Amino acid sequence: MTTEQLHDVRLHVNGSVHEVQVPARRLLSDALRHDCGLTGTHVGCEHGVCGACTVLVDGTPMRSCLMLAVSAVDAEITTVEGLTEDDGTAQGRLSPVQQAFSDCHGLQCGFCTPGFLTTITAGLRETPDPTEDEAREMIAGNLCRCTGYQNIVKSVLRASEIVAERERGEA
Amino acid sequence: MKPAPFAYLRPATLEEALAALAGEQGAKVLAGGQSLVPLLNMRLAAPSMLIDINALPDLGHVRVAEDGVRVGALARHAEVLGSAEAEQAQPLLAMALRHVAHPTIRNRGTTVGSIVHADAAAEVPMVLRLLEGSVDVASVRGRRTIPAAELFAGPLESTLAHDEIAVEAFFPALAPGAGVAFQEIARRHGDYALVGVAAHVETDGEAVTRARVGFVSVSDVPVVVDVTDAVQDPAGDPAATALAELDPAEDIHATAAYRTHLVKVLAPRVLAAATDHARSRAGEAIHP
Repeated sequence: MTTEQLHDVRLHVNGSVHEVQVPARRLLSDALRHDCGLTGTHVGCEHGVCGACTVLVDGTPMRSCLMLAVSAVDAEITTVEGLTEDDGTAQGRLSPVQQAFSDCHGLQCGFCTPGFLTTITAGLRETPDPTEDEAREMIAGNLCRCTGYQNIVKSVLRASEIVAERERGEA
Repeated sequence: MKPAPFAYLRPATLEEALAALAGEQGAKVLAGGQSLVPLLNMRLAAPSMLIDINALPDLGHVRVAEDGVRVGALARHAEVLGSAEAEQAQPLLAMALRHVAHPTIRNRGTTVGSIVHADAAAEVPMVLRLLEGSVDVASVRGRRTIPAAELFAGPLESTLAHDEIAVEAFFPALAPGAGVAFQEIARRHGDYALVGVAAHVETDGEAVTRARVGFVSVSDVPVVVDVTDAVQDPAGDPAATALAELDPAEDIHATAAYRTHLVKVLAPRVLAAATDHARSRAGEAIHP
């Protein structure tokens, strides 16, 4: 049996560079988890339906299970680990969307949450003040089996408020 | 889940990509990958080589001219949908693209890739047929233009030769006095349509001079039916005319009888909307 060829790939993730050696068939989702050690990105259906593996590619949400790591070389990738804001402390502080999920009980088991957080983070940049319908549309491509979505929709609306509060310097 | 092993090339020029494709019988072209990668993950496809065209220059355009919209092979659905000029020139593009999967998929998936994937459940192949557009393909043997009417050979099968890459799709502009409409029924917005229907209607004053209807997820290829006679005849039944050309299929999502029912409901509705659209555009032309 011949050994599978490995490719040297330089991934830019959350502001850091990861030099990894991967076979061409390594999905970006698996490369993030196994090669970069960033297990915040969750792998659900692995064919683009559930949305758990959604990451930001140059700021735009995409399914990391439908991208090859070798194909992600020119991109800046943001995973859920990269959402936390730098506030001078070692831990950082929760991003508006993360804070809203905490405030509104927007998660139960948490498996789908990383995909929701990345999707909503980008969604609020495009639609900073969504209506409830727009919030539902924003998360329509992500599946959650616990919450029934009600509290996730509330979290989207609350996150929009937190973004505005922080911009006004209130929080 | 992971794909079967394959060799990987990321060429920097189209010439390099075409030469590699011509030299490897089992090679597939990777653009957005939103249809191809699921097939790889589920091992429904196992190409010997992937030729990743994402690094090729000059293929990401959405160019709007008087005659229509030209979309490059690397333009993502979201970019085509985001072009107000493209929507102005051919409104059916945006009407249909809003139904293509979810925004996250549209951020990566390409419009040209969707066309040559030739899925009868996809919106864009049918729209290209309805609008009588075309696709430009390149190979080491040269370039040619394939009219949409000659593009779809069978389920998930286009008439591109193995060594050809689709480089651009052309969607003709909507003529004055013409109107379009699109509707689909899916269990949830963003899912594949149980049935999707688009209509293209040409008018001269109050009279309809030509009416055609296209269907998504009904037969195993994108089907467009000319229903002009049925529309012009006060006793005509455009849906019946269409159904004579269709072969509604049964699968786990819907029975053939239900799809037939949806064709009967949607076809008249979409034809009426397209006719209204044509007349409202004619009105705009008179009173700008």
